[in-house]
Amino acid sequence: MSTIAPQFRLSRFIASLFDIIFWVLLIFSLVGLPIVFIILFYIKLPIINGQLMTPYLALTWIADPSQTVPIIKSLIHTTFFHVVAFPGFGFAALLSAATIYVERKFLAKIQLRVGPLYCGRIEGILQLMGDGLKLISKEIIIPAKADKPIFWIGPLLFVGTAGAFVSLIPVAPGWVVANPTVSLLAVFATIGFFPIISVLTAWAANNKWTFIGGLRALHQMIAFEIPLILSLLSVVILTGTLNLSQIVQSQQHYWWIVFAPISAIVFFICILAELERIPFDLPEAESEIVAGWLTEFSGMMYGLIQLGTYLKLYAFAGLFTVLFLGGWNGPMVWPPLSPELITHGITIGPVNVQIAGLPLFSQPMLNGTLMFVIKTVGVILLILLPRGVFPRIRIDMLLHTGWYKLIGLAFVNIFIALGLLYAGVLGPGGLIQ
Amino acid sequence: MTTQLPPGISLEKVDDRIMTLNVGPQHPGSGHMRLIIKVDGDYIVSCDPDPGYVHRGEEKMAEYRNYIQNIPHLERPVIHDSSNILYPYCLAVEDLLGIEVPERAKYIRVIAAELNRCIYTLYWLAIYGIFLGHSTMFMWPAGDRELFIDLLEAMSGARVTHAYLVPGGIRNDLPANFEERCLRQVNYFEKRIKEYEAIFYQNPILKSRTEGTGILSRTDAIRLGTTGSVLRASGIDFDIRKKEPYDVYENLDFETVVMKEGDSYARSYVPYLEMFESCRIIRDALSKMPKSGSVRTKLKPNPKGGNEEVFKRVESGRGALGYYIVSNNRPEPYRVKISVGSFRNLICMPYLLKGELLGNMPSVYWSLNYWPVEADR
Repeated sequence: MSTIAPQFRLSRFIASLFDIIFWVLLIFSLVGLPIVFIILFYIKLPIINGQLMTPYLALTWIADPSQTVPIIKSLIHTTFFHVVAFPGFGFAALLSAATIYVERKFLAKIQLRVGPLYCGRIEGILQLMGDGLKLISKEIIIPAKADKPIFWIGPLLFVGTAGAFVSLIPVAPGWVVANPTVSLLAVFATIGFFPIISVLTAWAANNKWTFIGGLRALHQMIAFEIPLILSLLSVVILTGTLNLSQIVQSQQHYWWIVFAPISAIVFFICILAELERIPFDLPEAESEIVAGWLTEFSGMMYGLIQLGTYLKLYAFAGLFTVLFLGGWNGPMVWPPLSPELITHGITIGPVNVQIAGLPLFSQPMLNGTLMFVIKTVGVILLILLPRGVFPRIRIDMLLHTGWYKLIGLAFVNIFIALGLLYAGVLGPGGLIQ
Repeated sequence: MTTQLPPGISLEKVDDRIMTLNVGPQHPGSGHMRLIIKVDGDYIVSCDPDPGYVHRGEEKMAEYRNYIQNIPHLERPVIHDSSNILYPYCLAVEDLLGIEVPERAKYIRVIAAELNRCIYTLYWLAIYGIFLGHSTMFMWPAGDRELFIDLLEAMSGARVTHAYLVPGGIRNDLPANFEERCLRQVNYFEKRIKEYEAIFYQNPILKSRTEGTGILSRTDAIRLGTTGSVLRASGIDFDIRKKEPYDVYENLDFETVVMKEGDSYARSYVPYLEMFESCRIIRDALSKMPKSGSVRTKLKPNPKGGNEEVFKRVESGRGALGYYIVSNNRPEPYRVKISVGSFRNLICMPYLLKGELLGNMPSVYWSLNYWPVEADR
């Protein structure tokens, strides 16, 4: 199949390109430039390093690393950067996007398929971008009898809550968006919002399938929240703190999965249920209730819910890493920046560039991030695996598992933790430090 | 405010405890039909299947075409089991026209029918996987189907709708080296489906979802007139290939698979075990088949049936499949009635789903071996 239209003429194509360029230049010079000058007239230009920051100077600085690096360095320690880019939303969204791609390829390999193959030439690496563009371009359909404000706000709330959850996960020493002294309690509070959002949107859509799906989501999440909280209590007992960064610091010598393996297993199963992943995807059970509480969502509203789901997946995997797998702790494998580079600068041929404040990120931070990402990706792969080998569980068995078996199991490790503490094996002045 | 209703129409009284769900026809878990399900909480109070969305009038169409022209459209109701749906038609027309079928053709027909039974069963199993939320259970059988689809393509030239069986034998002889290739593929196929046992049928979640759900007792299975794997899963040893052998089934060595439980698990396990028996039949037929000879008895152009009626039935992938043909001295049949297993198994659905959880609906529904297109004809 040819991708070139049958009536294609190269000359006409080039002519149309010139046409477009002409009009763009004309409109820019007649409308754009006056607007830029009017804006510049009112803006008070900042003075950096004793120089007036004109647009011309800003452009030269972008090309000059010795001028840009200090600016970037001051930028990366602002709260804005933390929230938007590195330990916050951007980093999580990037990992989530990678997760979606890996999930599709991974599942395809289990199922003797190839998965996404064509989009982006190399193994369908741009498939997600294509899917995103498709979702953006699709029409958003609101059911006629829906409760419109709540129906609109549902996906936004979902992404917002998932983002709040992401912000509590410490990635590297000192690199966490929000660090309250009781951040584990804040995590519990954030998780508690998800069933409310599910039920609100399910009710607002005014559809029988969403209604059943919303009720199922509510039942499931409440049934698994209690064992989830109980399973984390053993870690809290062992560390004596509710701050996630301090919990990571307490695992410098051994990970808590060694002393609380049952808690780790219970927590992992609860993660699967909270994320509505197979075998616990009852709220979205396709063959029973169409798509559950997501039935009426279309276009980018569905896309936002998916984004929120994968942010939540990253956050839960990160929480597992932080609590049981030692977070950023690990062998120092990241090479240090050579001191000659900082003192003597970089020499390329005749040019020597002295860059001030070069170690943009410290070595422990980079190594910690690497360790955190490796562990988190491992946990994410474990979360993805059941989709290939398990069918969906039934609601009565699910509630039985949550309320009966997992709560019992979670208590077992609490007693083990208390025993270890009072026998003097762990804790302040214990045998193992 | 009271509204005057047209005569003959009455409003249904709505109970505020009971919610009515229309599962289908545009529902991912319904097939080409509608199930009107009433639920009390998560329990199904009543289920009313509403088939007929894909009725194509195959029986009426058959009255306007002669016996040969009828072949390609009669296989349309179950394109995945096209040899088996044509089998009783060919048997009936041969009886009607008094044609003898060559010995080699009889064996090749059996091979084609058994290959097609495996293809159908795998397709059915794949959709059972989707109904249970197991996407690997969809992909693996759907991929392994290709082995036998390739074989049937080599035999007939078409991948799905073969129109391979014709009154008087088969359409064309086997290609060269077919026996070797068939044996190799059947052996590999058997090796592949043995893995299903470990990953699908011994899976604890699949077992817990299907075991003890939708139990059809032995007496109910007979009373409701079920057939095929549903009947055999309820502990009744009835297989038309054994009880009323047609063509060369009496010479071949195979067992009938019977299970006593009568639940969804047994109903899904019986067709799986029958695939091994099919492989056995194919291997046996390949060894006993005459190595050469005619495969098709030539018919007169536009053959006319006598003034009589015939009924022939075979064991298809979904149970007994019978054709009742009435002829009145004309090239076209006077009446063709197709009796299909799907429609007969559909009858027990309201009985099985009553009192079940809504989550059991897909597993019970698809375990009935119901093919909506065939049921509507």
